[in-house]
Amino acid sequence: MSATMEAVASAARADAPPAILLDKVNKWYGAMHVLRDVSLSVALGERVVVCGPSGSGKSTLIRCVNRLETHQEGSIKVDGIELSDDLRALDAIRREVGMVFQSFNLFPHLTVLENCTLAPIWVRHMPKAEAEALAMEYLERVKIPEQAMKYPGQLSGGQQQRVAIARALCMKPKIMLFDEPTSALDPEMIKEVLETMVGLAETGMTMVCVTHEMGFARQVADRVVFMDRGEIVEQGPPGEIFENPKTDRLKLFLSQILRGH
Amino acid sequence: MSQTTIDPRSLRPPPKRPIRLSWSDERVRGIFWQVVVVGIVGSIIWWLYSNTVHNLEVRRIATGFGFLNREAGLPIAESLIEYSPTNSYLRALLVGLLNTLKVAVVGIILATILGTIIGVARLSRNWVIAKLSAVYVEVIRDLPLLLQLLFWYALLQGLPGPRQALHPAEGVFLSNRGLKLPWIEWQGAHSLALLLFVAGLVATWLYRRQALAKQIADGNPRPVWHVALLTLVALPLAGWYALGAPFTPDIPALRGFNFQGGLTLSPEYFALLAGLVLYTAGFIAEIVRAGIQAVPKGQWEAAQALGLRPGTVLKQIVLPQALRVIVPPMTSQYLNITKNSSLAVAIGYQDIVSIANTTLNQTGQAIEGIAIIMLVYLSISLSISFFMNWYNARIALVER
Repeated sequence: MSATMEAVASAARADAPPAILLDKVNKWYGAMHVLRDVSLSVALGERVVVCGPSGSGKSTLIRCVNRLETHQEGSIKVDGIELSDDLRALDAIRREVGMVFQSFNLFPHLTVLENCTLAPIWVRHMPKAEAEALAMEYLERVKIPEQAMKYPGQLSGGQQQRVAIARALCMKPKIMLFDEPTSALDPEMIKEVLETMVGLAETGMTMVCVTHEMGFARQVADRVVFMDRGEIVEQGPPGEIFENPKTDRLKLFLSQILRGH
Repeated sequence: MSQTTIDPRSLRPPPKRPIRLSWSDERVRGIFWQVVVVGIVGSIIWWLYSNTVHNLEVRRIATGFGFLNREAGLPIAESLIEYSPTNSYLRALLVGLLNTLKVAVVGIILATILGTIIGVARLSRNWVIAKLSAVYVEVIRDLPLLLQLLFWYALLQGLPGPRQALHPAEGVFLSNRGLKLPWIEWQGAHSLALLLFVAGLVATWLYRRQALAKQIADGNPRPVWHVALLTLVALPLAGWYALGAPFTPDIPALRGFNFQGGLTLSPEYFALLAGLVLYTAGFIAEIVRAGIQAVPKGQWEAAQALGLRPGTVLKQIVLPQALRVIVPPMTSQYLNITKNSSLAVAIGYQDIVSIANTTLNQTGQAIEGIAIIMLVYLSISLSISFFMNWYNARIALVER
């Protein structure tokens, strides 16, 4: 199944408009210039890993894509729709873009199943039974269907993050954004979440992932984007980025990452 | 991954630990201190009781509630029910109870609305609105309630007399005799319309609940407005019309030194209500703010990222979590309004304390008078507590 989807995805890649198109995006927090002329194009079905030191603007960048942060200059187009103050365009974009957070952000007062069915019911107006069947399908895919009736507080961090992935997938998004999905996890739980993400990548999902997991980047990413001080410094296939860094900033970053591991 | 077979060892009951009769045993000490506390409280109660009985005997004071049926002979300025000084003390106290409830119920509703608005405003991104609410909360919380009541009362007393009353609209007079409003002569048809309206509120609420449940079941949103229009407007109007559509306006007019007719809000009631509402709203604002801030920002973000509209986010995600934080302290504020309404005595509003106080002065039945006041506040407070605890338990069910 995944092979055919991959074929479809790569066929779409050739002529479809880019899934995400950022053109000279600038953003300030107060007087601090956190994104500087960032231009990036992500094709449909492409997997992009964004890395860089903390404070480099990588989280801000992907949070701009579904307008959890607003950019002040430049343009962002998602699935061909321009992000602006237009609430309808925003609704349309958020329906197509799923997001997974560093701190999971599951709804603690709802069961795992209710977490997953909430958006399909209220946003897609899906009948409850259908939404539940869909949710169970995705909970199977992230390998925790037996936890469906539990509350998030009863699960481990890794399980919670997998529920968060399933919750986002229940909206059948075209694009998935991951904002440091494994940074808040214990080492043994990082593995189970990364495996889930690798599985998702194999289905041909368009993914933009902020992470420091270099193994994951090598295995899954079509392209690695290195950011520092609000700018995209270097980008390319993972092999090239990791073996032949061209800039000093990337060399320094890689040496620090490798020392840390 | 999950273990579904049950380990038979986990079915064994926990072992019973025998009590060692030793001072170093935790449970022996626990029981000892409980006995000591119960003993102290018991002796205090016994001492109070025997002392009272002894003193009453020495002073030859008759006890009992027989005085309640005697003629009160005390005038009451405002009453929700028919009352004249020839009625019994029991009826006078009932008037006082209703006056207390009139302030407490209206005060709780208005303070909740105003407090919620100010609490939300304090979180506003608009700098002016946020700062204004902050100043309001800080000022109002820092001044004693009694002072505020006296301030409002003095302000209302400073209004011109009836002959020079402020007259902003036809039939509306604001003077030191209070606020006069045009009203209608109340008849059976109006009561029927009101009854139908209240029934309509319940019906609309039930229908809306069902519509939401159906929407969740099959995904189709169902409009509620036509049911609301029918039960809230059409049916009450039809009921009123069926009984002959009576409508006799009752417009206040100056006759001699005072107004006749119309609806009256006395300066005492107005000052007490304004003071209690404005004061308590300051506290409620902080409770609401804390409740909303207790919901992490990530909850908003996750819900928005899923495409939920702000209204749905508030209803489904933020409020259920915020209410768990808001409801328990809110109960305390409702109890505070009720009990603080007894400060009415300072500005001459005749609530239960004021009337019971007069009663015990006239009859000399101090213990019975105080007992009645205590009983009244205890009953109102316990009712509020029971209701709020029930509500709290209901909303707490949605969490783990």
